[in-house]
Amino acid sequence: MTKARTRTRVGPLATNPEPAPPLDVDALLDDRSTGIIVCCGSGGVGKTTASAALALRAAERGRRVVVLTIDPARRLAQSMGIEALDNTPRPVKGLKLPGGNGRSKGAPLLDAMMLDMKRTFDEVVESQANAEKARQILENPFYIALSSSFAGTQEYMAMEKLGQIHADAKRDGTYDLIVVDTPPSRSALDFLDAPERLSSFLDGRFIRLLLTPARGPARMMTAGLGLITSALNRILGTQVLRDMQTFVAAFDTLFGGFRARAQKTFQLLQADGTAFLVVAAPEPDALREAAYFVERLEEDDMPLAGLIVNRASPAPVGTVSADEAMAASERLRKEDPSSLTAGLLRLHADQTRIVEREALLRDRFAAAHPQVPTVVVPALAGDVHDLDGLRRVGELMAGTD
Amino acid sequence: MVSSKDAPDWSRVRLHVVTGKGGTGKSTVAAALALGLASQGRQVLLCEVEGRQGIARMFDVDPLPYEERRIATGLHHDGRAPGVVHALHIDPESALLEYLAMYYKLGRAGRALDRFGVIEFATTIAPGVRDVLLTGKVFEAVQRNSRNRHAVRYDAVVLDAPPTGRITQFLNVNEELAGLAKVGPIKGQADTVMTLFRSPRTLVHLVTVLEEMPVQETADGIAELRAARLPVGAVIVNQVRPRDLGREDLDAALAGRLDTDRIAADLEAAGVGGGRALATGLAAEARDHAERRALEDAQREVVDELALPTVELPRLASGVDLGGLYELAADLKAQGMA
Repeated sequence: MTKARTRTRVGPLATNPEPAPPLDVDALLDDRSTGIIVCCGSGGVGKTTASAALALRAAERGRRVVVLTIDPARRLAQSMGIEALDNTPRPVKGLKLPGGNGRSKGAPLLDAMMLDMKRTFDEVVESQANAEKARQILENPFYIALSSSFAGTQEYMAMEKLGQIHADAKRDGTYDLIVVDTPPSRSALDFLDAPERLSSFLDGRFIRLLLTPARGPARMMTAGLGLITSALNRILGTQVLRDMQTFVAAFDTLFGGFRARAQKTFQLLQADGTAFLVVAAPEPDALREAAYFVERLEEDDMPLAGLIVNRASPAPVGTVSADEAMAASERLRKEDPSSLTAGLLRLHADQTRIVEREALLRDRFAAAHPQVPTVVVPALAGDVHDLDGLRRVGELMAGTD
Repeated sequence: MVSSKDAPDWSRVRLHVVTGKGGTGKSTVAAALALGLASQGRQVLLCEVEGRQGIARMFDVDPLPYEERRIATGLHHDGRAPGVVHALHIDPESALLEYLAMYYKLGRAGRALDRFGVIEFATTIAPGVRDVLLTGKVFEAVQRNSRNRHAVRYDAVVLDAPPTGRITQFLNVNEELAGLAKVGPIKGQADTVMTLFRSPRTLVHLVTVLEEMPVQETADGIAELRAARLPVGAVIVNQVRPRDLGREDLDAALAGRLDTDRIAADLEAAGVGGGRALATGLAAEARDHAERRALEDAQREVVDELALPTVELPRLASGVDLGGLYELAADLKAQGMA
């Protein structure tokens, strides 16, 4: 990581912003104080591939790594040996490790795990409540909905699992680097806000109200509550309200536990050993989300390491502009409608326009966020579904290609 | 239509649901489809349900409230006056309050619900309620009834829906809810919504790009939709690369056999500087292009095997602006989608 930070310039010099400082991926991976790398960004930008590639590269450079992925492409998952969604880290085979492949103490390694968020949530409940109470909770329809589709549960569970693995790794020395892929959030907010949202939600006023009948005192039965219960009964039927109350009552004792855990994970994310990498594609929506992430991370004091602009179009050759190429193509096509050179020039024009648009988008991002170290990773022609492909992405990220 | 065996008649479809994996451009396609459908005087409503305000950005208007707004004139076609695209940003909280007001006349109680955090509870955690409210509002826009007397009646509604991975759960939520609430008005309402979604008046279109993961996800999505008895419409292949090179030239480019002498001569004849170096560079670009085209072709075969009506939209090199949306709308129209 770069230690010396340049100060933000103000005044006339600032009008022509320098290009974003380069992101040194290898320095980040080699820095032994980097214990956690979190890859975040909107959906469809290649976040999972980027996380896997970073993890592989780190292991092959001598780190003991585990990568938590969310939803890898089937063939990529197969090549990493994690087809089963069982919440257990499994060793990835076929690594090119500096000291051979012996799994001796302290030797570099790479494990991979696919996150099963419902299982993770269930485990938390089981660890916090006695068997009878846990069963009640696990069977309640409201719990099932909360654990499988509450916006933010995936994010929360990714963080929960991260906390667990981190604690285990610290105790047993299993890993010295954890790479986390984050779920494709419905909005960027979900990822950072999920722990807080979940705990504040479970602490909400309505939940308190639902608990009151269970606790008895009739004086709490205000006119407002009566109005609500009768309205809800009218709309949902009494059974739904009863399920709701059972759930809330059973969950009540767990509130404290959840809140404390969320708080701890949040602190872990703010700690020095954590590095956030924002992954984006050079598209307006993805970069807008990336800008949002960058701002939020700064606001929440989360250590941002840099931006990976993934899947960039390869730069065109030569200095022929798009317009020039199109004009020449038209001229050739007039002579010979099936001219190969005309076709090549049109492709070149197309490519040039795309690259110019992407460069403009990146420049605007850099102008608004001048301190964010950035690396641009050119798109591979094919899909990545084996370790060689991941290795190649890793090389491109590190700029050693 | 590129590959439909028996060109389907979609003129009676009232609800077009557009889904797709993240990054495939489903919102762009939904917007273009709305413009295309709004030709020839037809009134179309474009809905979004994910709180992104993507419609406002695409059409360059202020962020949309929970209220139907005119946002654009439809596509000009056949010299007849175009219709209008309206837009609606559906958020679950507003939908719930509207629903309560409309069906239960809950004046005071509605406000009390809000004050005690019930609205938040219902729209964030109560199982599926969020999706029930979102789909419920879409349903209302399609089946305008006497309760909403002054509202516009639409010829078609286009829904910019949640992504492929969630679409079946989203549309099927009323079925699940009908299971949870075994009696009462919610159950009745849920059943009615499912009837519309499973009828020939609804179609779910899947947007993909010709890459392995999105195509795989499309195939999975179709299987899930079918298992839930939801009607699958077309596969819309987006961001297709230009096809300026023929099969033979592509093969030659892949094999590194392009005649760079001839290309250099052509370049000179066309008055482009750069000579041999540029010719070699163009050949290298062509090779890269040919490699990607080969992958696209392989994925196109997978798409063809889905045996669904398929339409293709070009990749727009300079990005999608409002003009670009009309271009895509015209492409959809030309291929029989709108």
